[in-house]
Amino acid sequence: MFAIYKRELRSFFTTPIGYIFCAIFLCFSAGVFCYSTLYQMSADTTTYFTAMLFSLVILVPLLSMRSFSEERKTKTEQLLLSAPVSLTGMVMAKFLASYTVFFGCTLVSSLNFIILYTHAEPKTALILCNLAAFLLVGMAFLAIGIFISAMTESQLAASVITVATLLVLLLISMLNSLISVSWIRFLLSGLSVFSRYQNFSNGIFDVAALVYYLSLTALFLFLTVRVFDRRRYA
Amino acid sequence: MIKIEHLTKSYGTHRAISDVSFEIKEGEIVGFLGPNGAGKSTTMNILTGCLSSDAGDVLVNGLDILKNPIEAKKLIGYLPEQPPVYPEMTVSEYLGFVYDLKHCTLPKREHIDEICDVVRIADVKNRLIGNLSKGYRQRVGIAEALVGNPPVLIFDEPTVGLDPKQIIEVRNLLRTLGKNHTVILSTHILPEVQAICGRLIVIDNGRIIADRPTDELTRVIRDSRRYRIRVAGPVNEVLAALRGVGGIRRVEAETDRDGEASTFLLESAAGTDVRRAVFFALSEKGLPIYGLEPVGRDLEDVFLQLIENGGELPAEKPAARRRK
Repeated sequence: MFAIYKRELRSFFTTPIGYIFCAIFLCFSAGVFCYSTLYQMSADTTTYFTAMLFSLVILVPLLSMRSFSEERKTKTEQLLLSAPVSLTGMVMAKFLASYTVFFGCTLVSSLNFIILYTHAEPKTALILCNLAAFLLVGMAFLAIGIFISAMTESQLAASVITVATLLVLLLISMLNSLISVSWIRFLLSGLSVFSRYQNFSNGIFDVAALVYYLSLTALFLFLTVRVFDRRRYA
Repeated sequence: MIKIEHLTKSYGTHRAISDVSFEIKEGEIVGFLGPNGAGKSTTMNILTGCLSSDAGDVLVNGLDILKNPIEAKKLIGYLPEQPPVYPEMTVSEYLGFVYDLKHCTLPKREHIDEICDVVRIADVKNRLIGNLSKGYRQRVGIAEALVGNPPVLIFDEPTVGLDPKQIIEVRNLLRTLGKNHTVILSTHILPEVQAICGRLIVIDNGRIIADRPTDELTRVIRDSRRYRIRVAGPVNEVLAALRGVGGIRRVEAETDRDGEASTFLLESAAGTDVRRAVFFALSEKGLPIYGLEPVGRDLEDVFLQLIENGGELPAEKPAARRRK
């Protein structure tokens, strides 16, 4: 499993995709940060984190799209499947490798906050709370992206479907206000990623949301394992 | 070493293999022979745990590949139809990755260097796999299968895409490996298995139609009692003269006629050499022989016959005309 993790992580940076991801991530976060705090002369990071959350719709597919579809296309997955590694190990290794890149970029982009401390007195707890939520949402989204990537051998299809899925997940809460049937609203608000996120942005560390994001991650990683298990029987 | 019992696999409504059973002992080199789409790759994918069967068991050294996959897979080195290489890695990086992936315990650098020497890729070790030619990639794939020195090696069409010199090299390599490994090799190229394998499993339409030692199949080939003879003279006269010779079971005129000479195909009864009698019979009639040569039946003929006859060796039956 560690071998796959290592190879995967390295392949992000021996192919352009890792650099593209980091560049977009860091440029976007820096730009948004300048605009939402420095330019507005405010220490409030709510806008920043909301924008970052929506940027995940584009950023996550960049990381996840090739994870399994590429292996399937180049038939290298046969090497992994015939190797003495469990399916769970294989999926976890892929997930952790892409999450490492995501985590690293988030850490680097957090250097932005240092500027705030030199000019104002931002609420550290609020920032940390938001960061934690951002990392959790990223985790769930990556798991979804990897699951979609495991189902197709076309990277393009994987990325397009991932973008659509993530967008829907984020926009459910907005859609919800248009629906008058109460049980549908209840159901949709249960699925909404964004409405749960709002608690964090208000500085409330919502344990229910934590459980929600973690179980979303676990569910999709489990489903990915099932995709492989199922494909062997197909 | 490997035991397969009643393996069946369908893709949707298409039945890829049905009721395939065989057993392979330690140290055997077995050729897995069949036309394209016969179910060779499917069987190999099941054998290596990449695919699961609808029914049946695969036991590698007593370990079930589905119930005990990790232990069983450690015993197998597999080269799929398309070498599973990552184009963005160099050869040595790739082999290092495979080494870690297989949890090898042999000394890493020495082991990889040794494999590179064996399959002759030492000179491209630091090049990106994506920039290598098909032949080199194929050999990197073979190297991948050898990493960890597993006792069972499974190669799916290992010589595809290689040039003739490399093909000979790979065959020699496989023969060497066969001395201390159990090797299964799939191919649709007959001389290949003839050259390497001690035993042949012939598969067609997802069924095993023959499972015999290669000797037995090649003996049939050596036992040729067919001759092609060129005689100058009218076809009817020659036919009549040949039919008069004792011990000839069948005479056939072939259609190609070159000036005055025509070609005939003779088949003698078992255990008789009719060449002498044919010579005297024809010279008596004043029909000069321009040429007489035995027609070898190659494995291809035998193979086609096996498919036609549902697995029976064509020992006493008249052979089919050689396919051109």
